[in-house]
Amino acid sequence: MFLANPKKLRELGILGMNGRNFSYIARHNPRHLYPLVDNKLKFKLLAQKAGIAVPELLGTVSEQHDIKKLRSMLAPHAQFVIKPAKGSGGKGILVINEQRHDLYFKPSEEALTNAQIELHVSNILSGLYSLGGTPDIAMIEAMVQLDPVFTDYSYEGIPDLRVILFRGYPVMAMLRLATHVSDGKANLHQGAVGVGIDLATGTALRAVQFNRPVSKHPDTGYAFSELKIPHWNNILPLAASCYEHTGLGYLGADIVLDKNLGPLIIELNARPGLSIQVANGVGLGNRLKKINTIANASQSPEERSKISQEIF
Amino acid sequence: MTPRAKLAILVAILVSTGIGLILYKHYSLGFPLWPGEKQQVWTIEAKVEFLAYGDPVLISFALPDKPPHFINLKENFASAGYGFSQEQIDGERRAKWTSRAASGKQTLFYRLDVYGKPGTNLKKSFAPATPLIPVELEEPYKTAALNLIADVQKRSVNAETFAVELIKSLNSPNLEQSVQLLLGENYSEHFKAQLSIDLLSLAKIPARIVRGLYLESGRRRQSLVSFIEVHEGDQWLLFNPVTGVPGIPKNFVIWQRGGQSLLDVIGGSQSVVHFSMIKNARASRDLALRYGENTKAPLIDFSIYSLPIEEQNAFKYILLIPIGALIVVIMRILVGIRTSGTFMPILIALAFIQTTLITGVLIFLLVVGTGLIIRSYLSHLNLLLVARISSVIIVVAALMAAISIISQKLGLSQALTVTFFPMIILAWTIERMSILWEEDGPHEVIIQGSGSLIVAVLAYLCMTNPVVEYFTFNFPEMLLVNLGLIMVLGQYTGYRLSELRRFRTLMNQDVSR
Repeated sequence: MFLANPKKLRELGILGMNGRNFSYIARHNPRHLYPLVDNKLKFKLLAQKAGIAVPELLGTVSEQHDIKKLRSMLAPHAQFVIKPAKGSGGKGILVINEQRHDLYFKPSEEALTNAQIELHVSNILSGLYSLGGTPDIAMIEAMVQLDPVFTDYSYEGIPDLRVILFRGYPVMAMLRLATHVSDGKANLHQGAVGVGIDLATGTALRAVQFNRPVSKHPDTGYAFSELKIPHWNNILPLAASCYEHTGLGYLGADIVLDKNLGPLIIELNARPGLSIQVANGVGLGNRLKKINTIANASQSPEERSKISQEIF
Repeated sequence: MTPRAKLAILVAILVSTGIGLILYKHYSLGFPLWPGEKQQVWTIEAKVEFLAYGDPVLISFALPDKPPHFINLKENFASAGYGFSQEQIDGERRAKWTSRAASGKQTLFYRLDVYGKPGTNLKKSFAPATPLIPVELEEPYKTAALNLIADVQKRSVNAETFAVELIKSLNSPNLEQSVQLLLGENYSEHFKAQLSIDLLSLAKIPARIVRGLYLESGRRRQSLVSFIEVHEGDQWLLFNPVTGVPGIPKNFVIWQRGGQSLLDVIGGSQSVVHFSMIKNARASRDLALRYGENTKAPLIDFSIYSLPIEEQNAFKYILLIPIGALIVVIMRILVGIRTSGTFMPILIALAFIQTTLITGVLIFLLVVGTGLIIRSYLSHLNLLLVARISSVIIVVAALMAAISIISQKLGLSQALTVTFFPMIILAWTIERMSILWEEDGPHEVIIQGSGSLIVAVLAYLCMTNPVVEYFTFNFPEMLLVNLGLIMVLGQYTGYRLSELRRFRTLMNQDVSR
């Protein structure tokens, strides 16, 4: 079948891009709150103040002439991540796994010189990765230590968990796994695997790669039926608490599991994508409508998570 | 009121205003809805000839004054050696030629361009009645006339029916005795018309003679034809003095109303007037525009047409950009094509207008392709972003120069149009594509690049469509309709075409949780 029948899609409650933008993003996300999530540095500072668990901030570079100090800033850290504060869609994120002989190694074993790192930071500051090309700030974050649960399911890069929150209620979750095809990126349209996660139990529902169902990880060969996300009952309240702190009604929270620190929010997204529906095999539309009927602003993140786990 | 209802009202106002203005311009000002529509324009030439004897000469000639069903396009008075002025005498427009001394055969020309007025079908003219002309008749004509009037009055109820019956009596195959007496040996139409006026005046019915011309192409040496007009109620009714048919015939230009002379010549003799006419086709739009300008219709007077020609040409393109924007909105919201830069395709499409499509696409691919290769080298040089994009701009400039020069040497003059491409946009496109290549791979570059090209080509095809081009320029009110349409599309929450493909794998399963 080349095209889906729009009538059937609507029956299934599949949310389209226009519907998402019009009925949810425009209606529930006030424009003035965007910088809180679009600017990762702002969010990081907000999260640290609010006590939301996030990866540690090792330093920032905001001026071109500070780039010279980069080498000494990075020296004490064997592993780190460089991110543009206003980047979108994972653009401009550089992960360094190892420092050796004055070279920086990416998870793919590709070696970068100090000059290349400096160029990357310079590009970030010039606004190459920011929305609208405005000048930006480069953030250096501690690298997350992969939780051993995921070693069987990860290929270059850290799997991250995307939870969609509507009015503070978790509505859907997906685990994104980088693959060889996706070049270590957790981007679904580049070939990363999306695993739909059952909100009630934290186990895998189904997995897709390039829109097609898969039963095991294409690189490691482990079956997704065995996958169960640890700390599941802590993850949802953590994600749900972001609603109180940002005020954004329609939100995507990206969470990673650190071996030592447990679940950490790496970033929030005010315009989360729709591929999560394909990974779960479920439409967002019906769930969002249901939340609209039961939403109660006085409930705590824990209460909201529990309700979501019961109804979805 | 919900925002949706507010928007619906706003859109309804915008669209109905836009369409209303378009219809007004079409029906009232005669703007054709399709390009290339032609209309017949008649050039009528009146040639006045007379003999002069060296004395001062004054010629007074009746001119048509706003003939019904027709619009005066322009007038021209050719008269070498004569002073000329126009004057208004007793509500009649007359031309006055004067000369201190003229001798020999004199010829004066009056030329008038008219065309049929759009959308009018006035049969009657509303004007006050003129005073009755006293008619003096000698016996036995007086008795004959009074007998005829009494006879006709018996068969009629008002001025209109009286006129019709009178015309019947004067033109019946078996003339009554009294009519025979009145007509004598003179059967000319003009005489019959004049006699009808006299009889009507005797019967106390205001009447006047109307002279005019039938427009028939290529006719020469024509004379004016007489009609009669009768005042009934508050309006004048026109009748053919021979057939009695009421109303102004088709292609009939009324030249003069009332019994005044057509031509007065003082200081000359043997004067004669001949009319000739020719028809030619002119673009309806130009005529409508001229008419709007002459009548100071506010929609024309305060419009793009009041700008100098050069600015008008610039506006031709400016008014096409909203059409491109509409295409972009449709492709984004309904189809879901990904492009590099939201409105970049419009600018590329504008360049295509100058270069023509095939050449444009080839040049675009050539410049962007070569630019990408050079840009990949630049990325090794560790340049700051602004400096790097500026370098790309210079590379684009050099590429354009190279393409122009090489194509000139090869004799391909089409490629010279490369200069119409917006350089900065090309440079940004190259930069974005190059980043896209590094970040998301060549696959995404091809998707977004071809997406941009498809939208640009579609926008180009729409913008160069002659009908669209004509419509946007001649009916700038289309902007309001376009705006309303885009606002409606802005409310579309259904699926994009691309999403039907994206979510097609979800169809095969039962999802009801």
